[in-house]
Amino acid sequence: MAAAIISLPAAIRRGDIVTVRALIQHPMETGYRRDAGGILLPRDLIRRFTCHVIEGDARMLAFSAELHAAIAANPLIAFSLKADRDCVLEFQWSGDNGFVHRESRSVRFLA
Amino acid sequence: MKRRAALVSIALAPVVWGARGAHADEADFDKAMRSFLAGAKPIESRVTLRIEPLVDNGNSVPVTVAVDHPMAADLHIREIALFNEKNPQPDIAVFQLTPMNGRAEVVTRIRLAGTQRVAAIARASDGQCYLRTLDVIVTTAACVEMD
Repeated sequence: MAAAIISLPAAIRRGDIVTVRALIQHPMETGYRRDAGGILLPRDLIRRFTCHVIEGDARMLAFSAELHAAIAANPLIAFSLKADRDCVLEFQWSGDNGFVHRESRSVRFLA
Repeated sequence: MKRRAALVSIALAPVVWGARGAHADEADFDKAMRSFLAGAKPIESRVTLRIEPLVDNGNSVPVTVAVDHPMAADLHIREIALFNEKNPQPDIAVFQLTPMNGRAEVVTRIRLAGTQRVAAIARASDGQCYLRTLDVIVTTAACVEMD
């Protein structure tokens, strides 16, 4: 199971534009490298990343990315988000060999 | 004559490299960008592309792209794409944004197989594209391949 780290500011005021950092453990094997024996290492990439905002019954795609072999191992993706509603953020990474990893975080405001 | 032979071999060198070809060349770089632009004429403004100009380790190069542009429902940045000139593939990533982002800015870490140009293109919801390219010197290239 891959490990993922989502980071959000500890204290968010309603209306702030915050930076969301999403980091996941993954080799992002390019498919161009060979092992010591000269055997081509098969491509193993995360291809897609999504962040949905869940608000009640509504599920809205806030940010997504298509990734290629030029993204470094253990991909880091950071983006902004306007924190103007109580919501849950749902993150998903998917890729080769059926790779799927999900995380979710609540957005909490200062009282 | 020796000198002449040397000059000829230098002249032919890029062709030979091209023929060996796991590297993307300038043509692939331009082709990938043209394909993303889909006929749009990019303006060289609004996009800030931040990469250290001298990179020690091409395996993990921090990149920040920021676009000075509104993120309103009726006018916002929809996509930010990153391309490289000399890795085996010119595509790095395409980020899809929405007004919910509030700010058109993304950060990631990329691989660079040697000194080359990196380009960022942002596409707004009105179809206008904005471009920024940057030359990056890489002292230890990413091992995206071994020949």
